[in-house]
Amino acid sequence: MKQLILCWFLIGVLLPGAGRAAAADPEPPTLTLMTHDSFSVGKDLIAEFESAHRVKLRFVKAGDAGAVLTQAILSRNNPLADVLFGVDNTFLSRALQADIFEPYAAPALKDIPEALQLDATQRLLPVDFGDVCLNVDRRWFTAHQLEPPKDLTDLTQPAYKGLTVVENPATSSPGLAFLLATIGRFGDPGFLDYWKRLKANDVLVADGWKQAYWGHFSAASKGDRPIVVSYAGSPAAEVHYAEKKPAEARTAAVVDGANGFRQIEFVGILKGTAQRRLAEQLVDFLLSRRFQEDLPLQMFMFPANRTATLPEVFVKHTRVTETPVQVAPAMIEKNREQWIQAWTETVLR
Amino acid sequence: MDSGLDRNGLKIILCGPALLFLAAFYFYPLAAVFELGLRPQGAWDPTPFKRLFTAPYFLRVLWFTTWQAALSTLLTMIAAVPAALVFARYRFPGKRLFQALSTVPFVLPTVVVAAAFQALLGNRGLLNDLWVFCGGGERGPLRLDQSLGLIFLAHVFYNFTVVFRIVGGFRERLQENFTDAARVLGASPWTALRQVTLPLLAPALYASGLLVFIFCFSSFGIILILGGPRYATLEVEIYRQAVHLFNLPMAAALSMVQVLFSLAVMWVYTGLQRRTSVALTPRSRAAGGRRAETRTAKLAIGLVLALLTLLILLPLAALMVRSVSGEDGWTLAFYRALGDNPSGSIFYVAPLQAIRHSLAFALATLICTLALAVPAAIYLAQPLRRFAHLLDPLLMLPLSTSAVTLGFGFIIALDRPPLNLRSSWILVPLAHSLVAFPFAVRSLLPALRSVPAGLREAAQVLGAGPWTVWKTVDLPILARALLVAAVFSLVISLGEFGATVFVARPQTPTMPLAIYRLLGQPGSLNYGQAMAMSCLLMLVTVGGFLFLERVAALSHREF
Repeated sequence: MKQLILCWFLIGVLLPGAGRAAAADPEPPTLTLMTHDSFSVGKDLIAEFESAHRVKLRFVKAGDAGAVLTQAILSRNNPLADVLFGVDNTFLSRALQADIFEPYAAPALKDIPEALQLDATQRLLPVDFGDVCLNVDRRWFTAHQLEPPKDLTDLTQPAYKGLTVVENPATSSPGLAFLLATIGRFGDPGFLDYWKRLKANDVLVADGWKQAYWGHFSAASKGDRPIVVSYAGSPAAEVHYAEKKPAEARTAAVVDGANGFRQIEFVGILKGTAQRRLAEQLVDFLLSRRFQEDLPLQMFMFPANRTATLPEVFVKHTRVTETPVQVAPAMIEKNREQWIQAWTETVLR
Repeated sequence: MDSGLDRNGLKIILCGPALLFLAAFYFYPLAAVFELGLRPQGAWDPTPFKRLFTAPYFLRVLWFTTWQAALSTLLTMIAAVPAALVFARYRFPGKRLFQALSTVPFVLPTVVVAAAFQALLGNRGLLNDLWVFCGGGERGPLRLDQSLGLIFLAHVFYNFTVVFRIVGGFRERLQENFTDAARVLGASPWTALRQVTLPLLAPALYASGLLVFIFCFSSFGIILILGGPRYATLEVEIYRQAVHLFNLPMAAALSMVQVLFSLAVMWVYTGLQRRTSVALTPRSRAAGGRRAETRTAKLAIGLVLALLTLLILLPLAALMVRSVSGEDGWTLAFYRALGDNPSGSIFYVAPLQAIRHSLAFALATLICTLALAVPAAIYLAQPLRRFAHLLDPLLMLPLSTSAVTLGFGFIIALDRPPLNLRSSWILVPLAHSLVAFPFAVRSLLPALRSVPAGLREAAQVLGAGPWTVWKTVDLPILARALLVAAVFSLVISLGEFGATVFVARPQTPTMPLAIYRLLGQPGSLNYGQAMAMSCLLMLVTVGGFLFLERVAALSHREF
């Protein structure tokens, strides 16, 4: 018995706030933001927001972007949160069809390029974007006296045989984005021919970004493939999180030409929130310059707000894709299963 | 004690808590998912099932899931049973540390295990480097990336400890005299093993074999990461259908097949296990084995230790090496960097804080699991109870149920008071307990069934009440199995198994979640820190294990 009491005591000590959360008197109201595991934001910014609006912000993370949206749809009758961040353009149609968001014409939308505002009903507002594109290991290409690839079609050339690792579109969101890049570029069913040639050129498919990047990419850890599908912001992260800050990034993103798919991330106010006013303030905050200038180094995505200035490491080491490949969200929703199925039949069987 | 009324009363007292727990946190959420997926308009919709059983793709998935699990189980038994027998029989220096280290793989996140194997066996791994270094050619001969071999190796690496602990724990309590008698009567060591020791061990062999099979049957990360996308198990397919295609009916149908299949396997198994249990007069206390004197014994110990080193210590060592090797040689930079938060992120977790959260959840899981599993196992251990026969397979189900399905079930079902727990921290240890509970029951049952009724009756005749009988007869015999059950609860929680991946949770990040967060962004510093955090996780696991051993040793003295 004594041991049991001791155990509960220990749990109480180890988990701060676990038992206390319920018993509090005049605390500010709590606003909940539901988001995916990759979301991040500076501590100071949150403190500023909380004190400016007399609110306590609570974050609920629930897996990857797809899992978060599914959970939000499943809990529509009794929402888990007030605001949801992290629906991207590949899931936009599904989110809008499920009708779980309330429209909000945020004033800051005037500073956001029209091209990013994919939802005319203003239920989902663009916050940031990242271009899914090829990343190359520059050191490897110098050592092997080979030109790094400049275009998607290069990957099917004999010189690049066995050098590329991509993610499985069925299980990974950059994987799906890259598949969409090839569909937008080569058309349907033209993209299947491209993938056939890619397969013949010994492309490797990993299940997700972590495994492709950390497991097989030669610039990170012990992989043996110098070309990987990642983001345009990745070279900046390579420098920012280098063990010793290098003058030049070890990796480079292939951003010229029509070689990347632009992934745009949206925020929306969930239907049924009891705190509409505060929720609007949170959305305004996510679109504000303050947050937008913080986000590149937190999530290595690009700010949607054009008044935000990029951090130096971004300016120096990477760019956005000039002509991203476009595929309309409605098309994606309509064909997703069939495209993935066709891809699986072509590449994995 | 055997009157009808008492028996019913006993049933309710012993099984009630466990049944309530399973009803609220397993069957209710699961039913909610099935209801939503399979009866969208209030009527059963058989189309997903039709598709499932007519599409060759799904049948292929089911077949692959089954045979890879069976083969993985067999390989794990082949590797772990000899090791368990040698460890139970002999005493030698470093034994406790080896035992503790063998538990470590069980807690490591799959991404980290994949990194360890790649560092060792990958195309540019240590072994291939060594080959090149020794002049064997330009590239090493090992080409294991994305192969079936790597899946099996990883399954053995992960599940080794399950067989090792359950069989070893059971063996330690068996009297040596049967085996010795057989030897005196002229049986060769091999005959003695085959005809005496192994049959005596059957309950533990079945129990651990079943756990490993179920675990591999619902394997997710290992198959995806190490096998590559060509290999899909039911679990992978459920995730894909639910999350990426939003095909809830199909996901629900697949989950139901998964659950029913596991139920069938366990039903067969529980029948088998009942028939094999033997009541013996067990040693109340593990003597810790004898010293190895013969050459054969020394050779056996040497071989087992070599196997442990190759299979378990080498990958772990590879991780440790990675955590301290930087661009120019050895460095502690990654461990130091764990203390920094360069971008001031609100989601940054200091290592100590992550350790604290992990330990708190593990402790809560341990208490919850043992409190539920001990009474339930006591009930199940009693012979000839029809109800127990039905109950036993049901209690095992949570282990084999897809994490996505259960996680989504929590979201739909646990959203109203009094069970409004959807995003409460309590859901985390509860979900861990769901997975740990079957492990605990399975570890306890073989030991409980081996308590001879005669001993209990003797105590009763001497005037002891039920509680005193339990305390003085059962508990001392059980101590070893209790320790095994406690270790599994701790380890399952530390490794964040099961539905917690899909449980929406506020800011109480644990060590595995910190590792995932670090691996989420490019940069060598992130990778190094993830390896460093993995090493801390290993350290905490070994520490927790040794602590539990200590507690068990102390409580021995009390009895």
